[in-house]
Amino acid sequence: MMLGLRVGAAAAATRFLGRRVAAIATPSGATMASHGHADVSQTADMSKPMYCDRVDTPLPDRAYKDELSAADKSLKQKEKGPWNQLTKEEKIALYRLMFRKTYPEMKQPTAEWKTVMGGVFIFLGMTGLVVWWQSVYVYPPQPRTFDREWQAKQVQRMLDMKVSPVEGFSSKWDYEKGQWK
Amino acid sequence: MSLTKPAMRGLLGKRLRFHLPIAFGLSILVAVAFKYTVTEPRKRAYAEFYKQYDAVKEFKAMREAGVFESVRPSGE
Repeated sequence: MMLGLRVGAAAAATRFLGRRVAAIATPSGATMASHGHADVSQTADMSKPMYCDRVDTPLPDRAYKDELSAADKSLKQKEKGPWNQLTKEEKIALYRLMFRKTYPEMKQPTAEWKTVMGGVFIFLGMTGLVVWWQSVYVYPPQPRTFDREWQAKQVQRMLDMKVSPVEGFSSKWDYEKGQWK
Repeated sequence: MSLTKPAMRGLLGKRLRFHLPIAFGLSILVAVAFKYTVTEPRKRAYAEFYKQYDAVKEFKAMREAGVFESVRPSGE
């Protein structure tokens, strides 16, 4: 259903941008930690199936824990039998072997929006400074058609020509009294 | 515990059966509303305007205002 796209953001970035760009583009450990993703591992062999915590992918490509201790292995053996013989703690332990986060844990809000909004405003501000510099040093003088007197004469000429007299421009002008209605 | 089997087929058909009549209904409603709030008043406005329209008078007024190049105001 996901067309095989069950890879993390880093892998997707690698696929589209190349390894070196993806290394820059993937959030670094510092940014990830400040957003509340402090427990992300930094290196992963992306040629093998990977685990992911995604709300839209309930069953990742592999279980979370692949190096099982002896206790884990015996629990996995017990899982092969009837499940109503498992205690509640064992069921939870099995879940935690398969998955890192539960759905409520995955859906917890992060502080990422603050970084995004901050970045947006920073770039908007920089753009504003560029635009201001442009208006001082780049723009040529305004055409004469922008002057107040020219605009007034233009309006008068439009009224003389009776532009849009039915429902538009000239219909709002009272020709007898010489003023706007 | 056994859950009821969810609907596996006919999902698009069900959605269309629900949404298409609404879509058509709303579109027709908007079209009718536009006709009676915009086009009919506009047609009446134009009819009223041209009932009292004297083309020669308007031409003379425009000529005096000096907007034409083929005829100058009568004073010149």
